[in-house]
Amino acid sequence: MILEMNNIRKSFGAHEVLKDISIGVDRGEVVSIIGPSGSGKSTLLRCATFLETIDGGDISYMGEHAVHTDDAGKAVYVSPQKLRHFRSYYGLVFQQFNLFPHYSILKNLIDAPMHVQGKSKEEATDLAMALLYKMGLSERADAYPYQLSGGQQQRVAIARALAMSPEILFFDEPTSALDPELTGEVLKVIRELAEEHMTMVVVTHEMPFAKAVSNRVVFMADGVIVEQGDPQDVFDNPQEERTKQFLRVFER
Amino acid sequence: MTLSTMLSTMAIGMLRTFGVFSLTLIGSLPLGMVVALLKKSRFAVVRGFISAYISIIRGTPLMLQLLVWYFGPFYLFGMNIGGWRFPAVILGFVLNYAAYFAEIYRGGIESMPVGQYEAAEVLGYTHTQTFMRIILPQVIKRIMPSITNEVITLVKDTSLAFTLAYQEVFSLAKQISASQTSFMPFVIAGVFYFVANYAVEFAMSRIEKALDYYK
Repeated sequence: MILEMNNIRKSFGAHEVLKDISIGVDRGEVVSIIGPSGSGKSTLLRCATFLETIDGGDISYMGEHAVHTDDAGKAVYVSPQKLRHFRSYYGLVFQQFNLFPHYSILKNLIDAPMHVQGKSKEEATDLAMALLYKMGLSERADAYPYQLSGGQQQRVAIARALAMSPEILFFDEPTSALDPELTGEVLKVIRELAEEHMTMVVVTHEMPFAKAVSNRVVFMADGVIVEQGDPQDVFDNPQEERTKQFLRVFER
Repeated sequence: MTLSTMLSTMAIGMLRTFGVFSLTLIGSLPLGMVVALLKKSRFAVVRGFISAYISIIRGTPLMLQLLVWYFGPFYLFGMNIGGWRFPAVILGFVLNYAAYFAEIYRGGIESMPVGQYEAAEVLGYTHTQTFMRIILPQVIKRIMPSITNEVITLVKDTSLAFTLAYQEVFSLAKQISASQTSFMPFVIAGVFYFVANYAVEFAMSRIEKALDYYK
């Protein structure tokens, strides 16, 4: 297993956002997480990527514990240095892209490989250019993020995450900030990555995409996993009433 | 006294004014950043000390602060303050401007979207790398207009050094005007300050243009 999250609990103040959630992701799996807003799906990703601190539960990558819950029921994280080592296992693509605006597209892709992973400029540039080519953006290497459309920026953000050669890539509603006509180009890139068996977890509202691309669909509501399984089963033959109710909204 | 002797006498004052101006910037621009970062320290004592420092500096006249730095060592500790005039001027200006720059830096740092920190964190940058490579360069661009404002104020504030009888251009203008019963020295000083600030505006707008390569 690349990622294993067990019994994750997370509250914001009195509001319990994640209620004892467990999920694992195998190598090559593409998992889509769907559900109404406020269901906790983005929070789950943010906990997996250590942007939020969990209250209880265990998180491990590649079989190594990053967080475990001690006998007192308190979540204990490894040291900040070790946590940085865990960050090399994953990449995250944000809803709002979060490119570095003061860096050119190429610099956005090579800065972390050079200064975090210690790659040489040549090595980092070769990989970055290959990734930009794959994204259909090799001509824009010297442009700055503000000169690109939202769809192009998001593809750069995906390339930036891939430049770190992660084991698993998380997407937090990657198309939600995009105009409808630009979502296609981003989904196409994710689909191509799925065909290459890149391990991915995608929080999305794009139901047809989730159905077509993922190996497994997880439906979350009110901080719990209500139902999960094969996309055909979950979408065409949902077992839980809450799932049916949610999917009906998309049929209309 | 002819206009040219007036000008050459005042030229020394202009050099001294320029000295106060540049030493203040050299000292206070970096010190302001240290102060801004200490204000976010995890130690409450440090934060409290920095807040008090900024409040006192902003809440009292610079003229008074200069007098305290100059005469304080004598009145408080009975120290000999011969030769202390120029250091006191610079100390007073640097500590005063550092407080203002610190608040500008803090405003700039706090205006940064949290997504920039999160993107850097997920990519594995250390805190120092995140600040130096991602945050600071963008903060500098954001705060340039406020910095320009402050630098222009500094050009004019240097005249407060006359409080400690430091013979910069304004002190000299007053002296020469009194001794020669002439209005001319004030005109010369006025033109000097205006031209100096015109140069500051020009230089700063060039810097802002240079930072305009991204949005």
